[in-house]
Amino acid sequence: MAARPDRAPPGDPLTPRVVRVLKRRRDAPRTVTLDIAADDATAFQPGQFNMLTAFGVGEVPISLSGDPADTNRRVHTIRAVGPVSSALARLAPGDALGLRGPFGSGWPMAAAHGHDVVLIAGGLGLAPLRPALYRLLAERQRYGTIALLYGTRSPDEILFRRELAAWQRRHDIRIGVTVDHAPSDWTGHVGVVTRLIPGLALDPANTLAFVCGPEVMMRFTIAALKEAGLGDAAIHLSLERNMKCAVGLCGHCQFGPVFVCRDGPVLCHDRLGGLLGLKEL
Amino acid sequence: MTRVGLEPIIRAHPLFAGLDEAFCQLVCGCATNVRFRACDYLFHEGEAADRLFLLRQGRVALETPTPGQGAIVFRTLDAGELVGLSWLVPPYRWAYDARALEPVRAIAMDAVCLRRKCEQDHDLGFEVMKRVVPILIERLHGTQRQMLDVYGSPS
Ligand SMILES: Cc1cc2nc3c(=O)[nH]c(=O)nc-3n(C[C@H](O)[C@H](O)[C@H](O)COP(=O)(O)OP(=O)(O)OC[C@H]3O[C@@H](n4cnc5c(N)ncnc54)[C@H](O)[C@@H]3O)c2cc1C
Ligand code: FES
Repeated sequence: MAARPDRAPPGDPLTPRVVRVLKRRRDAPRTVTLDIAADDATAFQPGQFNMLTAFGVGEVPISLSGDPADTNRRVHTIRAVGPVSSALARLAPGDALGLRGPFGSGWPMAAAHGHDVVLIAGGLGLAPLRPALYRLLAERQRYGTIALLYGTRSPDEILFRRELAAWQRRHDIRIGVTVDHAPSDWTGHVGVVTRLIPGLALDPANTLAFVCGPEVMMRFTIAALKEAGLGDAAIHLSLERNMKCAVGLCGHCQFGPVFVCRDGPVLCHDRLGGLLGLKEL
Repeated sequence: MTRVGLEPIIRAHPLFAGLDEAFCQLVCGCATNVRFRACDYLFHEGEAADRLFLLRQGRVALETPTPGQGAIVFRTLDAGELVGLSWLVPPYRWAYDARALEPVRAIAMDAVCLRRKCEQDHDLGFEVMKRVVPILIERLHGTQRQMLDVYGSPS
């Protein structure tokens, strides 16, 4: 089961609080990471999201991508794809925005104690997985082997480059990065992320997988994990659906039997059955 | 290295692991040991596809030159993988360049020799096909997924 939040968000969960940007970094083309001053000490769980408002434009769900242990700031990595995300991505230090949350379920960190954990990220999917990786590394002794496989479009779209390089230098975590295509000076892997799975020689009886990325990528990854022997109950996914209320009231995010905002976004694959591959629900 | 010396290496390579003793002898008869330095080309687009390479060590980039952008790498291959598939079917010409990204050690198979032996002994031919076709399919599926550009930003 995906972990549930320890407590409800403070105050009225439907009313955004006004918060300010502390810092803005450009991570990739059209993608920035904002550090936002925390207005309370509410802990969040890796995998949860906030609803962020660009005033006068709109509100969208954005995952928390920072370290849950840092209670001074809320970190969000945003790709500008449309009006709201673009307005948020343009914010500069000192600018105000609205925030409500954290909402939703997190990665099953406690259930993974004593297990090997493989994180598989596609593109921007690395952002919701990064808090899980911070926790895994902070409590390294609680887990077996840890691996992060990350696939993205091209080398210039690789997120969190400096941190990835630092993780690659560690001996207690395996990192695999691959891109779909690359210029000739790239010496890393080129190919789909699922190709890196066999090299991990996973122990299917003792491994949990956390997967986040575009839905097509997640479908192929689930198939590859199952080929490696993992059962549905060992595979956890983070889903994306359009959202409005984020608290299970409006039904906007319904996906078959689940409300993604309330029951997800992190869900165990055994709850989804074959839903992920369907064109329409 | 003698052909006898190559036999355990070829047997240990995933492509030919578990191959019947007699078939292995036939395959070994087409093999030589090769090395490439980083940046060396294993082959170029348009050349005759007269060899295939069983990678033992090092990474190889498959790439295609594009006007104005230099070469674009669309796949890399590592130890245990097979470099080159165009030797299988006419017109036996490489469809891309293969470049060593690191020092590479490989077993090169003479494709003309292997094709001839497969033609003469269809059991061997079927065995080789059974081993190469899954690689072909895996590359095809991988390429399809890369072409979907699932990580791309909506324009
Ligand atoms: C639980 C959850 C967590 C999320 N976490 C993040 C995050 O950490 N960072 C982030 O940048 N986004 C994240 N998203 C996606 C984000 O909410 C959307 O990108 C945003 O709602 C788009 O709103 P917009 O007004 O900018 O664009 P819209 O006008 O809504 O969309 C513009 C275009 O982008 C396309 N689009 C919309 N959403 C996506 C998407 N998710 N991926 C690709 N294309 C899309 C639309 O089809 C349309 O073509 C998350 C979504 C959910 C549900
Ligand atoms: S967004 Fe309203 S129910 Fe999920």
